[in-house]
Amino acid sequence: MNKLNNIIGLFLLTLATAQYSVQAQTLDISQIVKKANHAVLYQGDDGKAKIDMKIIDGKGRERNRQLTMIRKNLDDVDGAQKYYVYFSKPADIKKMVFMTWKNREREDDRWLYLPALDLVKRIAASDERTSFVGSHFFYEDVSGRDIDEDVHELLEETEKYYVTKSTPKTPNLVEFKYYKTWVDKQKFLPIKAEYFNDKEVIYRTYTVLDTQTIDSYATVTQAQIEDNISGGKTVLNYSSVKYNNDIPEKIFSERYLRRAPKKYLR
Amino acid sequence: MKTLIIFSCLMIQFISNSSTVMAMDSEEDFLEFNGNIETRLGARLKSDPHEDDMSIGEVRLQLESEKDFDDFTINMITDFVADPVLDEYQTKLNTGEGFMDLRQLNVVFSPTDNLDLKIGRQILTWGTGDIIFINDLFAKDWKAFLIGRDEEYLKAPSDAIKASLFLDELNVDIVYLPRFGSDRFIDGQRASYYDRNSASFAGKDSQLQVDKPDEWFEDDELSLRFYQSFGAYEGAGYFYQGFWKSPAGQDINTSKATFPKLNVYGASLRGPMMAGIANIEVGYYKSEKSAKSNPFIRNDEFRLLMGFEKEVANELTLGLQYNLERKLDYQQYKTSLPEAAIKDDENKHLLSIRLTQLLMQQDMRLSLFNFYSPSEKDGYLRMNVSYKLSDTTKIETGANVFYGDKQYSFYNQFQNNSNVFAAMRFEF
Repeated sequence: MNKLNNIIGLFLLTLATAQYSVQAQTLDISQIVKKANHAVLYQGDDGKAKIDMKIIDGKGRERNRQLTMIRKNLDDVDGAQKYYVYFSKPADIKKMVFMTWKNREREDDRWLYLPALDLVKRIAASDERTSFVGSHFFYEDVSGRDIDEDVHELLEETEKYYVTKSTPKTPNLVEFKYYKTWVDKQKFLPIKAEYFNDKEVIYRTYTVLDTQTIDSYATVTQAQIEDNISGGKTVLNYSSVKYNNDIPEKIFSERYLRRAPKKYLR
Repeated sequence: MKTLIIFSCLMIQFISNSSTVMAMDSEEDFLEFNGNIETRLGARLKSDPHEDDMSIGEVRLQLESEKDFDDFTINMITDFVADPVLDEYQTKLNTGEGFMDLRQLNVVFSPTDNLDLKIGRQILTWGTGDIIFINDLFAKDWKAFLIGRDEEYLKAPSDAIKASLFLDELNVDIVYLPRFGSDRFIDGQRASYYDRNSASFAGKDSQLQVDKPDEWFEDDELSLRFYQSFGAYEGAGYFYQGFWKSPAGQDINTSKATFPKLNVYGASLRGPMMAGIANIEVGYYKSEKSAKSNPFIRNDEFRLLMGFEKEVANELTLGLQYNLERKLDYQQYKTSLPEAAIKDDENKHLLSIRLTQLLMQQDMRLSLFNFYSPSEKDGYLRMNVSYKLSDTTKIETGANVFYGDKQYSFYNQFQNNSNVFAAMRFEF
């Protein structure tokens, strides 16, 4: 009987160990990066949010922008997406639209609509690390950086975060040497990212200031990017966040650049 | 000048008082207004015997409103102008002169799921060029462009019906103008030009007299565009039936400038190339039948445009274009001209370079745009610097410089209009 107990005890222990190791396996770096990428960009079938952008330059001058962003997933593998960004403030960029088709097999397609000239302008995808409408965010921050463009490693695991390091595969395309990301272990949202330049100095910091659970998804509702060298920063406030709005794919087209899809922008 | 300053002060006063009444944020308001008010002053770089020393001097209030109803939307944009340089206050809606320039008043609706209709006064643009247009035969305001108004004024409004049909295989735009709407071309009124008939410069004292087709439903215009994407590339086919948009002929009996009939058949392709965006566009301009043998009517032409745009450094964008205007039936053109007449080349080549630098979180914009024709040996340099003092206030200065060898060449004929200008704009 003792023998049996021992066997059962051993079996339970093995089971527990196995379970532990299964859990440990799920936490490999590529899965952390994928989960984080999903949490930031792909939750739900689609999503929309109103964004208030406050841009403060190194001298403390403030500029404000207001925009509505709609995003739709085109597949179930966190790949292709379409983005529609409609500007409502200030007056000189009202009705301007920025649209991105995020492709899997080739570079993204991007357009800008300028209402005063009724002009649909194509923008090159290579300019993705350029300021988005004068803010400290880049175009690439809007639709996300492709996770395959960097090599990722797990630096550290703290009680609350996975700390990862991402190094670009093609360094001459970007201005950073690498960046470190703090990924929340529960929600998988990246809470902070630090960008290092060639001198190993942090010159750019992304920080999540507030999160909420919306439609059962952990969602960033306030975030900022700081330029650590000039001291300038941009703060984003998200409101009216909503997931799964049944947004049709057709709104991401020239037709709706010229005529904003009001129904889905409300 | 004094009246202008007083007028600007009054306008700004009016805006600051009324902005609270206009209550832009409230969604319950029946009508919401946005817009801007700006003062723009400019002077010629050298004295022109045919024009005022001031090239531009105006206060402009633009009001914009959009109203959504259940099934349709109404758009309105209108400018009110105080302009002591021209000193003309009688409103002429067709030319945009006078106290009021109605830029848009239209209704938009979708009778079926894949059809949009836009009816009324509207701004229309298509094609792939940057300021160089081949298949975009919608009215341009070249006066506004040359004297240094904001670039949005290059597009003059059209009174049109636009039907846009969206099919899986192909998208089709059909634009019908029941009455011909010409460009707001250089006629001597604000800018002088070289008059080949009198072999001298002409200005506001001897403005170009034109005989413009203006019969409703008879002198009409039709523009078509078929477009579709092929992967990363956007292709389009175009057709136009109407008239040359700026004078391109002369009636020998009345010696008035005319707008001969014109058909245009064209195509374009645009897409990514070498980490930038490249475009190519062609057009066959079929002028009136008699153009071949009649030296007073502009010949058929083949037009080609190739362009490339790329961000070459952080916030610095470079745009390059090559444009060819080739006269067809050139031999006949040459032999039909009188011995002493100025003969244009068979091929007119034009190169353009645009450099745009954004600075200070994009609050400052430096722009340089040069057009140079190696065949005509003349050119046009546009420079512009703007700075946003705040979200609502922008200051701007710039210059338009025309240069060349021959008095009569396309750009150099405007040499006496080279100007500098400054503007201040307040958005609300």
